[in-house]
Amino acid sequence: MKARVHITLKNGVLDPQGKAVHNALKSLGFEGVDDVRQGKYIELQLEDSLPEDQAEEKVKQMCEKLLANTVIENFDIEIA
Amino acid sequence: MKSAVIVFPGSNCDRDAQVALRQITGQEPAMVWHTESDLPKVDLVVLPGGFSYGDYLRCGAMASHSNVMKAVKDHAEQGGLLLGICNGFQILVESHLLPGAMLTNKKLKFISRNVHLKVENRDTPFSKSITGETIRIPIANHDGCYFADDATLDQLEQNGQVVFRYCDETGAVNDNANVNGSLRNIAGICNDRKNVLGMMPHPERAVDTYHGGTDGAELFKSMVEALA
Repeated sequence: MKARVHITLKNGVLDPQGKAVHNALKSLGFEGVDDVRQGKYIELQLEDSLPEDQAEEKVKQMCEKLLANTVIENFDIEIA
Repeated sequence: MKSAVIVFPGSNCDRDAQVALRQITGQEPAMVWHTESDLPKVDLVVLPGGFSYGDYLRCGAMASHSNVMKAVKDHAEQGGLLLGICNGFQILVESHLLPGAMLTNKKLKFISRNVHLKVENRDTPFSKSITGETIRIPIANHDGCYFADDATLDQLEQNGQVVFRYCDETGAVNDNANVNGSLRNIAGICNDRKNVLGMMPHPERAVDTYHGGTDGAELFKSMVEALA
């Protein structure tokens, strides 16, 4: 079983890297992009014996304690 | 003043802090490795600059969970002085000992240069003996852009927790002087109780004339005098 965690900056938090990527896309001639926000993707290989609902709760705790900084970041968990 | 410097894997200003403390306090600081569970009985604990744990995940994130941090938190809870410089400041926000968070510098560059800081609050053990309106000390960071939501920033201002702001050589706090894009030009903040200070600039790198300036020494002298 895998947990896929997407960590993104909250709205209103400055993302200079996303801005730089946006500018680079523009200078390469890619039109039609309004905004770019950069984040992190973390993949966790979980023990298969773990029930799915417990797995989600556990990963949520991992995000709150370490994987994300909830002052500036949101996280989204997908168990598959 | 008795002091201790915490050494994490990847710390690189621990010796600078050690030399500055030795020179100003006249006593040898204890160097405490991150795996320790206990601290010697000291008045001041310093979390030094550097790249603890390679800055993996986020700057200061790993260090905030290292073994020694429990003792560091206990020290602060008991009213002991705690100073986080650069990576040490990042560790303090990741540990929630100070509010807010650090972001990558606005211009995405590592910045290493001298900056001017306006002393906004002298009523703290870290700033009480600073003589000038401003001090000039170096910064060296890539993720030094201070962020907190508006409510937190307002609260910091109201409580006098903003201790240092980036300013120009005349003392004017403006966008040009705000080297890393920190909200409200914040360079250093303390907790409500005023015994924990986090700052991105490096006072320990400006304590000797050979450093090109001695303004940083006034911070350490403040602490010595506050404890006297």
